[in-house]
Amino acid sequence: MVPLSWYLILAAALFCIGLYGVLARRNAIAVLMGVELMMNAVIINLVAFWRYIQPTLINGQVFAVVVFAVAAAEASVGLALIISIYRRRNSVVAEDMNLLKW
Amino acid sequence: MRIEYVWLIPLPPLLSFFIIWLFTNRSKTLSHTVAIVSMAISWVLSVITFLFALTIEHFGQEVFELSVPWLPTGDTALNMGVLVDPLTAAMLFFVPLTCLLIFIYSVGYQNYGKQLDPHDAVGSPPHNGVEPMYSRFFAFLSLFAFGMLLLVVADNLLLLFVGWEIMGLCSYLLIGFWYGRNYADPNQITPRQAAVKAFMTTRVGDVAMMLGIVYLYFQTGTLSFREILYNEEVLLQLAETPSYLAGLSVAGLVGLLLFAGAVGKSAQFPLHVWLPDAMEGPTPVSAMIHAATMVSAGVYAMVRMFPLLSAGWHHGGELTAPMMAMGFIGSFTALFAATIAVAQKDVKKVLAYSTISQLGYMIAALGIGAYVAAAFHLITHAFFKALLFLGSGSVIHGVEHGMHHAPGAHEHLDPQDMFNMGGLRRKMPVTFWTFLIGGFALAGFPFITAGFWSKDEILADAFASQQIVFWVLVLSALLTAFYTMRQISLTFLGEPRTHSAEHASETTWTMTTPLVILAFFALFAGFVGVPESFPGLGEFLHNLGNFNRFHEFVGGTLLEHPEAVEFNIFPLVASIVASLGGLTLGWLVYGLNPLKQGQADPLAAPLGPIYTLLERKYFFDELYDYVFVRPAKWISEVLTYRIMDKIIIDGFLHGVARAAVVVGNFFKDELEKKTIDNPPIYLANAIQWVGKSFRVIQTGRVQNYLLIGMLVVLAFSGVYYLMLAGVLK
Repeated sequence: MVPLSWYLILAAALFCIGLYGVLARRNAIAVLMGVELMMNAVIINLVAFWRYIQPTLINGQVFAVVVFAVAAAEASVGLALIISIYRRRNSVVAEDMNLLKW
Repeated sequence: MRIEYVWLIPLPPLLSFFIIWLFTNRSKTLSHTVAIVSMAISWVLSVITFLFALTIEHFGQEVFELSVPWLPTGDTALNMGVLVDPLTAAMLFFVPLTCLLIFIYSVGYQNYGKQLDPHDAVGSPPHNGVEPMYSRFFAFLSLFAFGMLLLVVADNLLLLFVGWEIMGLCSYLLIGFWYGRNYADPNQITPRQAAVKAFMTTRVGDVAMMLGIVYLYFQTGTLSFREILYNEEVLLQLAETPSYLAGLSVAGLVGLLLFAGAVGKSAQFPLHVWLPDAMEGPTPVSAMIHAATMVSAGVYAMVRMFPLLSAGWHHGGELTAPMMAMGFIGSFTALFAATIAVAQKDVKKVLAYSTISQLGYMIAALGIGAYVAAAFHLITHAFFKALLFLGSGSVIHGVEHGMHHAPGAHEHLDPQDMFNMGGLRRKMPVTFWTFLIGGFALAGFPFITAGFWSKDEILADAFASQQIVFWVLVLSALLTAFYTMRQISLTFLGEPRTHSAEHASETTWTMTTPLVILAFFALFAGFVGVPESFPGLGEFLHNLGNFNRFHEFVGGTLLEHPEAVEFNIFPLVASIVASLGGLTLGWLVYGLNPLKQGQADPLAAPLGPIYTLLERKYFFDELYDYVFVRPAKWISEVLTYRIMDKIIIDGFLHGVARAAVVVGNFFKDELEKKTIDNPPIYLANAIQWVGKSFRVIQTGRVQNYLLIGMLVVLAFSGVYYLMLAGVLK
């Protein structure tokens, strides 16, 4: 059987890819996708810990489902915001969204 | 005894005032309907009360009373309530009736039904259209009627005073109703000046009355009529306790103070000056003030307070101080006003002075103890004087109509000047005949008019007690008959002296109907008071159904029933001679050879300067102007305004202000700018610097923020890791 650490490494790698996407991409949709990747990394962690450490309890799975729901909600809200911004300013570049700047 | 609704009697006019004021003031039809209907309700209630009171034997002992505590003052409370005793019942017979008729008359008088004339300014008498402030007029009339009815049914002096003051306010509002009116002659008094004059003059009396009320309350602890006036012990005690003023008992002092109030309200000398000028108001208001309400209120209050005024007096005994004052002032006013009336040109001014004169009669009657006679004359006078005023209003209206409809020449003349009239009897028959009846009642035409019986009773009482008063009153009766005939001749007889009089026409039915009804009472109201001892007629009326029980009925108001005077032929003959003599004299001077156009008053030449003196009203207005008005103006203009206000008070205030500015500047420059201001400035600078330093991290780019967030998380994670590893403790 594959050891737990492999899963954790996979998840960490996925998280870093996501983080990179969030911080480095200029396209807001890509930023949102990065966030999704980070969420998925978390879910992999949760499921792996559940399977290897406490498979008799259902908590881990429930957590995973909650995170899915949160991710879905976050994606829809985020996309809605981006569409709204695009309609107003004809751009989805994150750097252009600097109205709150001093 | 149960007439619980009595307290409702004054309320409908009050409601009507508020309804017109708040809701119906845009609709003239609704407004006068509300006013007349509410007055009619009051009238019906009053008539029921009156008839009910008539059915009760010894009504004076079992009067109707209803009162509630209103204003607690320490242990006791001032009560508010209603009282119906025979005197009130008698007042309820004529006050609402005359008010109602005046209301109906006003509909025609204010040109209801005509178009609004666009040339008419608000606040001036309308030329030929409907009055612009029609609804307001009815609202004020309603409030006026409320004041009077409240005063009549009041069971204590305080409530009476409230009604009294409401009427004072309403007289001000209504006399100045045409507040925008100005005259070419600057010496002629305008309505707004007349309103202020009436208000100020009556105020003089009201202050004295207020003092009297307070002193009475201070002495007895109550203001209820029944508790004071129907209580022998209280009256005796008041008559025997000496007051602050030497030689006067408490009853005497209170009586004099209350009498001063009545002098103002009922326009007795020396406070009579307001009443003739009150003629500046619309004529229904003149009728309201002079017949049904305001001036009657003064006499009514005196009749009401008679037991107090006469406390300590017994029939035939020495008169009390208030009675002496009333006898003197009343009889003097009766004669004095009658002489002025002889030389007046204005049809309403003649009536105004005759009102003053007749009120003098009533006051004089009270002064000699003729309680019932005074109340009787009050009632008959209300009827015929209302009739005369409404009649004169009808005449003025007719002449004004003629003025607007005379072909060709647009005359601009005073429609109230009797010398511009003449020959109106053919143009205005209803007005003529009713005016004739009213005039004859005023003159005391023997046997068939109401005025004769009441005047005769006063004269009979005077003859029995005070000869001087009797002769003064007979002389003024002669003058009264004379000027009445003069007025009738000048107005109605002969040929028209102007185009306006020639084209005058009879007024509408709403104006003539009240005249006819009042004429009925001016003729027949007197029979209720024919003395039983009067040969023939007295007994006849008694047998016919006991009609002439006024004396017995109203006399029952007093604790001690006043005795009717013995019949004496001498005052009767004197009264008839004075009345017929005066009328004949007036006929000889004015009626036999009617004045032609432009002819002067035939009395002017033989009387010479005396005529001018009478015409100018003994120069009382000028005298008061010099003695009171100008000094008051001087004090307010020069002394209080220029010296005290401008120099002393303003100077002081300006000085204080300048000093404050100097002190303030010193503190500002020396203290505040140099010390107190600094710490906040440094603090603000520091906060500004911190803000500037930190704002660079606010890039506005979400990814920068996330990056910072990540670095912070990493840093904390590193610290945490080191702590777990045991490197950091």
